[in-house]
Amino acid sequence: MDFISILSIFVLACFVGYYVVWSVTPALHTPLMAVTNAISSVIVVGALVASAAAGSPSAKWLGLGAVVLASVNIFGGFAVTERMLAMYKKKEKK
Amino acid sequence: MRFTLLSQAATEAAGGTAAWVALAYLVSGVLFILALRGLSSPATSRAGNRYGMIGMTIAVVTTLLTHSIASLPEIIVALAIGGGIGFVIARKIAMTDMPQLVAAFHSLVGLAAVLVGLAAYLNPDAFGIMLPDGQINPVSRIELGLGIAIGAITFSGSVIAFLKLAGKMSGSPILLPGRHVLNLGTLLAILGLVAWFTQDQSAWVIATITVLSFIIGFLLIIPIGGADMPVVVSMLNSYSGWAAAAMGFTLHNTAMIVTGALVGSSGAILSYIMCKAMNRGFLSVIAGGFGADASAGAGGAAREQRPWKRGSAEDAAYMMKEAENVIIIPGYGMAVSQAQHALREMADVLKKEGVNVKYAIHPVAGRMPGHMNVLLAEANVPYDEVFELEDIQSEFAQADVAFIIGANDVVNPAAKTDKSSPIYGMPVFDVDKAKTIFFVKRSMGGVGYAGVDNDVFYMDQTMMLLADAKKMVEDIVKALQH
Repeated sequence: MDFISILSIFVLACFVGYYVVWSVTPALHTPLMAVTNAISSVIVVGALVASAAAGSPSAKWLGLGAVVLASVNIFGGFAVTERMLAMYKKKEKK
Repeated sequence: MRFTLLSQAATEAAGGTAAWVALAYLVSGVLFILALRGLSSPATSRAGNRYGMIGMTIAVVTTLLTHSIASLPEIIVALAIGGGIGFVIARKIAMTDMPQLVAAFHSLVGLAAVLVGLAAYLNPDAFGIMLPDGQINPVSRIELGLGIAIGAITFSGSVIAFLKLAGKMSGSPILLPGRHVLNLGTLLAILGLVAWFTQDQSAWVIATITVLSFIIGFLLIIPIGGADMPVVVSMLNSYSGWAAAAMGFTLHNTAMIVTGALVGSSGAILSYIMCKAMNRGFLSVIAGGFGADASAGAGGAAREQRPWKRGSAEDAAYMMKEAENVIIIPGYGMAVSQAQHALREMADVLKKEGVNVKYAIHPVAGRMPGHMNVLLAEANVPYDEVFELEDIQSEFAQADVAFIIGANDVVNPAAKTDKSSPIYGMPVFDVDKAKTIFFVKRSMGGVGYAGVDNDVFYMDQTMMLLADAKKMVEDIVKALQH
């Protein structure tokens, strides 16, 4: 992919983000932060690429370190979001 | 030991052209959008979270399947260690500690971005950013330099935010002399080095960028006071997104770019909402030092002694039992004393008496966006009894009782009338329109984070309930049950 296609995806995604996030109800802003935390750990993709490749042992260990950090976030972020969302309940109908 | 799971795909993916690989990352990007979309209502939110998990699984599996992996056991161990730690933390963390947990998580994303960036610098071939002559592609160098810088700022900034939120470091602003010049100089130096990096890819350039960025992240956050933490947490949320996006540019990876853009805009919008709710410019928050001058002034000038009334738990119980409409306004003090469960119990008793109970939440109540909502949800308060500022503002005129617990600045009428007040212009609840006001507060000494006196204390219809919030609410519940 050339730089301009990537940039296009990025700019369009910023607009999608803008509209999607404005539609999030303020009551769920804390879960929003927790889940954005979890998904920004998609950086684990880069960490996996670095740790999978042969050729540079130091790059591999840096990558493995990043895998550990990112996976703390992925599992922790999704799990804590799930825990929070499970607490939001509607009024019981009488 | 060398594992090749899908060697054909691996060779194709090395060129980044395999259409289905790109498609898989696109699907995971779309699932992340749906994850955020789900949060538009509590009813759809859990499904959204599942989409996020599926998206992440697709991204990880695709990456593992399409690269020849020289170290599978190590990777599995790394995933297991990180996953285990994350899972245990997520299980054990108390809901009142969410702000510092989120700050800690931000720091991890930032550090991970720095490590990935450095790994890409050391092994550009693996990332597909190496030119035939062995040099790194100049465009990729800019992306790498910026990615590492943003990641490092996110890391050190979040560590400071974490320490302040967890109370391991004073929440008051730390002001260094000449900090604006120092900060600007450091930022310019980082940008200059990123530009230099395109010409000279020696290790010292990338190392200096990394170190300077760690320093600037630290310098940016230490002057920001406790009350501005919701803005800081949101801002760092945004940075962690931009760091992921920068790495996505380097890797030409759609999932990372889409996610980075989503998280980046999410954090930016939340910072904007928080600033607006405090009527403060984003730049003035970032410049820091809020509250430092104000509290010094309050100490010097003798504050006039005005009469105020002290109420008791019995008074509150009696008045609220007789009331038709009660509005509860929780603030950070409720979180500190963990009063949310007792508060819900009080509301339950009142509801049995036929009282209409509602909760009013200010956007900046607590230490992060939505902090109060989560605590009330934890205490089993139904979310349809909890209202935002603009939705409940008109109801104070009909309210018999406004019950303020652990909040202060968000009910201060000075924000509406006193142009010299540091919180002037901040939208506040019209509690003065309620017939009776109960103000739960630890003592008459503290005057909120902005350090300004609150006229509500001295109003005719106000009774101060001076005690620990949880203790006071428990006493009210006891009095109600008599």
